[in-house]
Amino acid sequence: MPVRLILLLSHALFALGVYGILTRRHAIGLLLSVELILNAAALNFVLFSRVFSHVEAQAFALFIIALAACEAVVGLAIVIGLARRAQTVFADQVDLLKG
Amino acid sequence: MMTLALLLLSVMVLAGAVWVVTLRNLFRAALSLGVVLLGVAGLFLLLEAEFLAFVQILIYVGAILTLVVFAIMLTARLQGPPAAPAGRQPLPAAFAALALFAVLAGATQPLLWPEAPSAGAVPLATLGQQLVTRLVLPFEVISLVFVAAIVGAIAIASDPSRGARPR
Repeated sequence: MPVRLILLLSHALFALGVYGILTRRHAIGLLLSVELILNAAALNFVLFSRVFSHVEAQAFALFIIALAACEAVVGLAIVIGLARRAQTVFADQVDLLKG
Repeated sequence: MMTLALLLLSVMVLAGAVWVVTLRNLFRAALSLGVVLLGVAGLFLLLEAEFLAFVQILIYVGAILTLVVFAIMLTARLQGPPAAPAGRQPLPAAFAALALFAVLAGATQPLLWPEAPSAGAVPLATLGQQLVTRLVLPFEVISLVFVAAIVGAIAIASDPSRGARPR
């Protein structure tokens, strides 16, 4: 079982997600990057569930997928509301609360 | 055989993830997220978590990706001219991401892992039984979160000018 290789892959997925969050301006682009990070976490959980034969890890990978669905729903609702009220979808143009 | 499949899936996931964060066209970025999600589902299959692989395809590729594509199309006219810069400060961000990757890899690569799994893969029946017995509290909390998310999404996305009933 090439544990190290899959761990490296999940680290790379996580780092790419962080890169996306730091560089994207578009709010939906930020959401896509968050999905990458959540997938990296789920991949880790499933990997360790296989290595150590833990059922809890699989259950929590399932919870991660469910929470990702919630996050996508609420995030996209915020984007739609933002587009309607502020007429923008760029996260750096929403600076009403900036001091 | 397994190593070959693992390498192919890794290339698929990494290439898709790079496209997700670098492509200027957001629609194409969303489609490459589909590539990543399918690759991760393949990895789940390889790790003998068949149920999770199909849940991943059903929920992520089937539901979340469709939702994202809908949102991109609904807000398409606000995205501005395609010449506008899609990102900001790519070099410091790349440095930060690389540093994070180095720290994570440095923390996990020296660890010793068992060569072969100690026992067989987790059967689906065990997962189902655990979900309704020992893990029933997180399971129910998830359903509560679902209800809150649905109500919140409807409240946030509703049109205030048309939503309120005149008195």
